Amino acid sequence: MYILKRFFTMILTIWVIATLTFVMMKFIPGDPFASDADVLPEEVLNNMRAKYNLDKPIAVQYVLYIKDLVSLDLGPSIQSRTRSVNDIILSGFPPSALLGAQALVLALVFGLLLGIIAALYHNRFIDYLAMIIAIIGISIPSFILAPLLIKFFSVEWGLFPVATWGTWKHTVLPSLALASMPLAVVARFMRSSMIEVMNANYIKTADAKGLSTAGIVIKHGIRNAILPVVSFIGPLFASLITGTFVIEKIFAIPGIGRYFVDSIFNRDYPVIMGTTIFFSVILVVTLFLIDISYRLIDPRISLTSKEG
Amino acid sequence: MVIKRADNSLFTPIDPSKKVIDDIQRPSLSVWKDTLLSIMRNKLALLGFFLLAIIVFLALFGPSMVPFSPSEQNLTKTNLPPSVEHWFGTDNLGRDMWTRSWYGARVSLIIGIVAALIDLILGVIVGGVSGYMAGRGKKGDRIDGLLMRIVEVLYGIPYLLIVILLMVIMEPGITAIIIALSVTGWVGMARIIRGQILQLKSQEYVQAAEKLGTSHTKIISRHLLPNTMGIIIVNLTFTIPTAIFAESFLSFLGLGVQAPFASWGTMANDALGVILSGQWWRLFFPGFLISLTMFAFNVFGDGIQDALDPRDRK
Repeated sequence: MYILKRFFTMILTIWVIATLTFVMMKFIPGDPFASDADVLPEEVLNNMRAKYNLDKPIAVQYVLYIKDLVSLDLGPSIQSRTRSVNDIILSGFPPSALLGAQALVLALVFGLLLGIIAALYHNRFIDYLAMIIAIIGISIPSFILAPLLIKFFSVEWGLFPVATWGTWKHTVLPSLALASMPLAVVARFMRSSMIEVMNANYIKTADAKGLSTAGIVIKHGIRNAILPVVSFIGPLFASLITGTFVIEKIFAIPGIGRYFVDSIFNRDYPVIMGTTIFFSVILVVTLFLIDISYRLIDPRISLTSKEG
Repeated sequence: MVIKRADNSLFTPIDPSKKVIDDIQRPSLSVWKDTLLSIMRNKLALLGFFLLAIIVFLALFGPSMVPFSPSEQNLTKTNLPPSVEHWFGTDNLGRDMWTRSWYGARVSLIIGIVAALIDLILGVIVGGVSGYMAGRGKKGDRIDGLLMRIVEVLYGIPYLLIVILLMVIMEPGITAIIIALSVTGWVGMARIIRGQILQLKSQEYVQAAEKLGTSHTKIISRHLLPNTMGIIIVNLTFTIPTAIFAESFLSFLGLGVQAPFASWGTMANDALGVILSGQWWRLFFPGFLISLTMFAFNVFGDGIQDALDPRDRK
C-alpha cells in the first residue's frame, strides 16, 4: 500500500518537475536558432520553428510535450538535427553510468574505511592523518584534480591514457577525479557518527561481554552509524550516474553529462526537458529506495503511521 | 506482611501553571560556557579559529598593504614569480596576485558563509520537522510527504536553469549567485537531518519527553537537533567549499563573478591552462588558500562538535 502510494506521488513529482522546468525554460530569453538567424532566410527559420512546434502558443507546446512524454517519446533534438533525445540518452548514459558507479563504489569503500578507522583512533595520529586526507579531498575541486591526474599519471608516467573512451584503463582517472570529493564527505560523516555510536551504552555492553573490536564495529557500530552516509549517497548516486559536465569535458567522454549544461546554453528545449526528466526519474526512484532502506538498516524507524 | 496504606494526601495533582516538564533539560546557559571552555582547551580547534581570523583579517586589510589594485594591469610585468615586490607573483595580465587573492577571499568567503547559513537554517527546519512528523498520524505523514516532495522537485529542476533565470531577473553578481546556490543548496542538509531524526526519535529520551507533554517544537529543538549536531557541523563544513566551487564553476561558464572582480575559484580556473608551463604560483596560491580555509573550518568545526557533545566530557 505504501509502495503503491509512493509510486503515484513519484509520477506526480516528476510531472511537477517537468512543468516547472518547462515554464522556467520558456521564461529565459533566447532562441535555439539564434546562430542560424543570420545565414538562413526567414522562411526556412519559420519552417524549422514549425517543425519543433515553436510557432504555437506556449500552452499548446506544453500539452503536445506532455502527450509525447506519456508515450515515452522525448522528441527530436534541435542542436543535433539527426538524433532524437531518446538516442542521445541511450548512447550517452552507459559511459556516464559506468564512471559514476565506479566512482561511487570507490568513494563508499575507501570513505567508510577511512571514517571508521579515524573514529576508532579518535584524536590520535591515525585520526588526524585520515582527516587530513579527507580535507585535501574536499579542498581540491575536481576541475583542478583532473588536470593534475592527467599531468602525472598520463603525461609524466604514462600509466593511463590521457582522455577519450575505450578500454577500462580509460575509466580509471575520471573515476578517481569523480570519487575524491564524495570519498572525503563519506569519511567525515562516518567518522562523526561512528564516534557518537562508539560512545553508546550498547557498545560498552558488547565490549564488556568480551566481543572482539572487529565484531563490535561490524555488528553494532557500522549499522547504527551508517545512516547519514546513506542519506548522503542517495542524491549523489543520481547525479553521479547521469554524468558530470566538468569531468566529461576534461576527459572527452561521450557521456550525457555535458547535455545538461550545453542544452541550456543552446536553448535546445527538447534536450533540456529530456535530460531533466531522465535525471528526475532516477532521482525520485533512488530517494524512494533510500527511504525504504532506512527501515532495513534500523528497524526502529517508521516512515508512516500505519507501519509504526 | 503489613501493607502500608498510601497516604492520600501525598497524591495531589500538580499545579499545571508551574511548568515542571522542562526539568529534565540541562540549564541551557551553561552549555555555551562549557562549549567555550572546551574549545579553548582544544589546541587544534584554536588553531583553526586563529587561521580563520588571520584569513578574514587579510581579506579586509591585505590589499591595502601593497600599492596595487586588483584590476590594475601591467603588461610589462606578466607572469612574474613571487618576489619582494609582488608577494604572490603576477598573472598573465600583470595583475598583482596578492591583492587579487584577498579580494577573491572576500567574494569566496561571503558566498561560502552566507550560502552555508541559509542552508543551515532551511535544512535544519525542514529536515527536523519532516523527520519528526513522519509516522505521526495522517497529518504528520502528509507534512513529511509534502516537504520531501518539495525537496525532490528542487533537486530535480536543473540548477543552471534557476541560475540563468535569476541572472535574467536581477543583475549578475554575488547576490544572484548566493540566491541561486541557496534555492537548491539546502535540500541535501534537509534530507540528511531528516534521516538522523527518523533514527533518533524512537529513543527513550524522546519518548520520555513526549509522555511528559513536551511540545513538538521543544522536542525537535531541545532533544533531537542537539543530538544531530555532529552531522550538522560536518555537513556545514562541506557546504562552504561546495558553494565556493559552485561559484567558480559558474564563473567557468561565464555566469559567476564578472571580470575584473576575482574570486578564488575564478583565479584557480584561470590558472588551469598554465599548469603545464611551470607557473606554479598561479594555481598554488588560490588553491592553497581554499585548502587552508577548508582545513581551518574543518578543525574548528570538529572542535565545536566535540565541545557540544556532553558524552565526550571528561
